[in-house]
Amino acid sequence: MGISVEGANKCFGDFQALDDVSIEVPDGSLTALLGPSGSGKSTLLRAIAGLETLDAGRVLIDGEDVSRTPTQKREVGFVFQHYAAFKHMTVYENVGFGLKIRKWKKDKIRARVDELLNLVQLPGLADRYPSQLSGGQRQRMALARALAVQPQVLLLDEPFGALDAKVRKDLRTWLRNLHEEMNVTTIFVTHDQEEAMDVAGQLVVMNQGRVEQSGSADDLYEKPANEFVMSFVGEVNRLGDNFVRPHDIEIVRDRDDSTEEAMVQRIVALGFEIRVELVLGDGTEVWAQLTRGELQRLELQEGQIAYLRPVQAKSFNGAPPSDTSGASTPQGSADGGDAEVSAAV
Amino acid sequence: MEAHAAQSPAAPRSRPLRLPGVGAGLGRGVVVLWLSVIVLLPLAALLDKSLSEGLGHFWSQVTSPQAIQSLKLILVCSLIVVAINAVFGTIVAWLLVRDNFPGKSIVNAIIDLPFALPTIVASLILIELWGKNSPVGVDIALTRAAIVVALCFVTLPFVVRAVQPLLIEMDRDMEEAAASLGAGGFTIFRRIIFPNLLPGLAAGVALAFARALGEYGSVLLFAGGKKDTTVASILIGQQIEQGNESGAAAISIVLLAMALACLLVITLIQRWGSRHERSQVNLAANPVITGAAEEKDDQRE
Repeated sequence: MGISVEGANKCFGDFQALDDVSIEVPDGSLTALLGPSGSGKSTLLRAIAGLETLDAGRVLIDGEDVSRTPTQKREVGFVFQHYAAFKHMTVYENVGFGLKIRKWKKDKIRARVDELLNLVQLPGLADRYPSQLSGGQRQRMALARALAVQPQVLLLDEPFGALDAKVRKDLRTWLRNLHEEMNVTTIFVTHDQEEAMDVAGQLVVMNQGRVEQSGSADDLYEKPANEFVMSFVGEVNRLGDNFVRPHDIEIVRDRDDSTEEAMVQRIVALGFEIRVELVLGDGTEVWAQLTRGELQRLELQEGQIAYLRPVQAKSFNGAPPSDTSGASTPQGSADGGDAEVSAAV
Repeated sequence: MEAHAAQSPAAPRSRPLRLPGVGAGLGRGVVVLWLSVIVLLPLAALLDKSLSEGLGHFWSQVTSPQAIQSLKLILVCSLIVVAINAVFGTIVAWLLVRDNFPGKSIVNAIIDLPFALPTIVASLILIELWGKNSPVGVDIALTRAAIVVALCFVTLPFVVRAVQPLLIEMDRDMEEAAASLGAGGFTIFRRIIFPNLLPGLAAGVALAFARALGEYGSVLLFAGGKKDTTVASILIGQQIEQGNESGAAAISIVLLAMALACLLVITLIQRWGSRHERSQVNLAANPVITGAAEEKDDQRE
């Protein structure tokens, strides 16, 4: 079931959470809403679920306008960041909740719940209470609960946000496989660009209540529509009006017309990846990503003068960038997992 | 997150709290002494007094028609009162937590008034409103209805204050999750909200019940000690005035036993209410299932 949102607007007091947002989610796709906190991505997801009402605009599920349809009748499965487990019910009762509401017969509920617990790899835990499960298990239970009623669409709000890094990576892979198996149209919200690129086929980048760009992970990385997208989906250096990815900076020992002089400030070895931090003559700080072999070949030392050549640079002339902080300095580690990316702050 | 969930139930037991500069032994001694002087010794004295003229006398005092009637009356009135309070207390708590209205903080403060007010003053207030000079023309003074009204007044805060924190802490996500699964407003209340309020509600009801059983001041003036409005506490007062101290003590012992039973019920309810948190212990005791599940997680790496 395809989902479209047309001209969505939503304010909370003075704060404009959604500013004329339109998105298109194809039937059967797995789409990520990606953005920093406060970008409106969760509000958009909740509006699709009917947990928020829009001030203006429409939500269509399978071509049908559901803007005035209450949550109960939208047939969406919703998964919350903090699981929203019914803590007074066992795993079995949690997963069977929607079926009981629909007045299914006991033996049919039993069969369906068993099937789902197998699907989410929690067999044998039916009689546990949520407090007896780990975070990852709780989230899989929540997913089974949402899937039990065979929703038209599955909506996940930062589903792995409360889990530790290792469990989060496992669940990503698992979610992708599950989606291939179930083929239900799925939208999930995340602030983690790596997670979004890992899991989703289509990404929608949001910032300050607006959609900045949507497309595949490759599109966003290779052809970012603006500075915000470029800096949000990957690391970026700013050189004048140009933006360059750290792996697109070449370091050479000899000067020529296409190079700029810089001083090597710091060399950080992160396993295979080497991170070289440099300062240009005008004080601009940039960093380049090298391999161990390249570093050895160059014989770079801290404090030494070297020459940079941007292999591939982008400029976004025209529309002034909404924000430039964080664009010219290294932005945390490559996985970006825990840190809220600061670009919109 | 997971580590927190696994450890929290065991954490409070790990080390006894020590007062600075005071050994654990001395601390415990002080507590026992204090409790003895304030609570245990007077209770023992009361028990002794009630039995001072023999078990047979105790029994005849407790089973006299007068005593039975007064005990029955207070039991029935208290049950009615806590039933009313359970409903209205929950509604008040709900409005205070989930609604926003002008004067909310004033209402919130007024809830505690019956706690702070001397009960004899409560009695006077109630007589002014519902007595023979009633401005609304309803005179229920010196009737059994007056007992119920007076008890409602003094026990109002119990349910409200027991339910309120549970409502504040309740995870709203649960309600939204239930809605997304198709549950309507009434079903969400019945299946999600109410079960989570129940431990607090029950504890509040039990406390209100215990309080109502022994209420004296507010009932004394408003309902009086007429033949059909004499509740157990007032009967005790009358017995003392008539010089029957062992009889008064005997009825007191019955009230005491009922109050203790209430406390026991509260404890049981709270243990039951936290059953799904307590059951963490089983997790450690049953490593086979958990181990298998975690292993599966690992294999996907």
